[in-house]
Amino acid sequence: MKKKALIAVIFIGIILFWAVEDMPAFGDPNAPATQYTGQLYVDAVLPDIGIDNIVTAILASYRGFDTLGEVVVIFTAGISVALLLRRGGRL
Amino acid sequence: MMENVVIRTVSRLAVPFIQIFALYVIVHGASGAGGGFQGGVVFATSFILMIIAFGMSNVRRRINNRGIMWLSVIGITIYAGIGFLALLMAGNFLEYAAIEAVLGIPHFHGILIDLVEAGIGIAVMAAMVSIIYDIAGKEEESS
Repeated sequence: MKKKALIAVIFIGIILFWAVEDMPAFGDPNAPATQYTGQLYVDAVLPDIGIDNIVTAILASYRGFDTLGEVVVIFTAGISVALLLRRGGRL
Repeated sequence: MMENVVIRTVSRLAVPFIQIFALYVIVHGASGAGGGFQGGVVFATSFILMIIAFGMSNVRRRINNRGIMWLSVIGITIYAGIGFLALLMAGNFLEYAAIEAVLGIPHFHGILIDLVEAGIGIAVMAAMVSIIYDIAGKEEESS
């Protein structure tokens, strides 16, 4: 069983190292990940919103509804732990 | 739990600095690295340190389960309330630009983002502390 696991790990590792060759270089401006909306946000954040932090602008303003969902998820986790583990007492 | 004077003294000194740093991370969210999620978790760590140093019952005496739950609800209400405020000002849900246009204050968009981040921070902090209370609390001291 251990040998099979080792063989599987080595096999997957070889595949991953093989795939690394095709990835763009670090910080490459022509990489596909930086081609589409990145420059758009960099140009639009300051006139649109007027704050310096692009990440926060996307998180709280452009994707505000998504972030509201994330907060509700964390709130739901707290409520669930309280419902499952709280002994005695009220919520 | 209560014997070690070194742990108690050091955490008594460290907790205010951790909380100030957490507030800095939350408030700094609009202009640099930071935000509500990170700041809320840092704030919750100060509660963990207090629980380790002073014991669960001491911390619960300062803020109990009901208070933590209320804080969690208040945080989400701040966020969603700003969203509905934008609806009242004839915008879409969470469209801060509508609020800024109606009130006519320049750079109000960033202030609203700061308020939203504060709401996120309160909600995350309260949820984390509530989970710690429920997992680490003993049976006789719950509620």
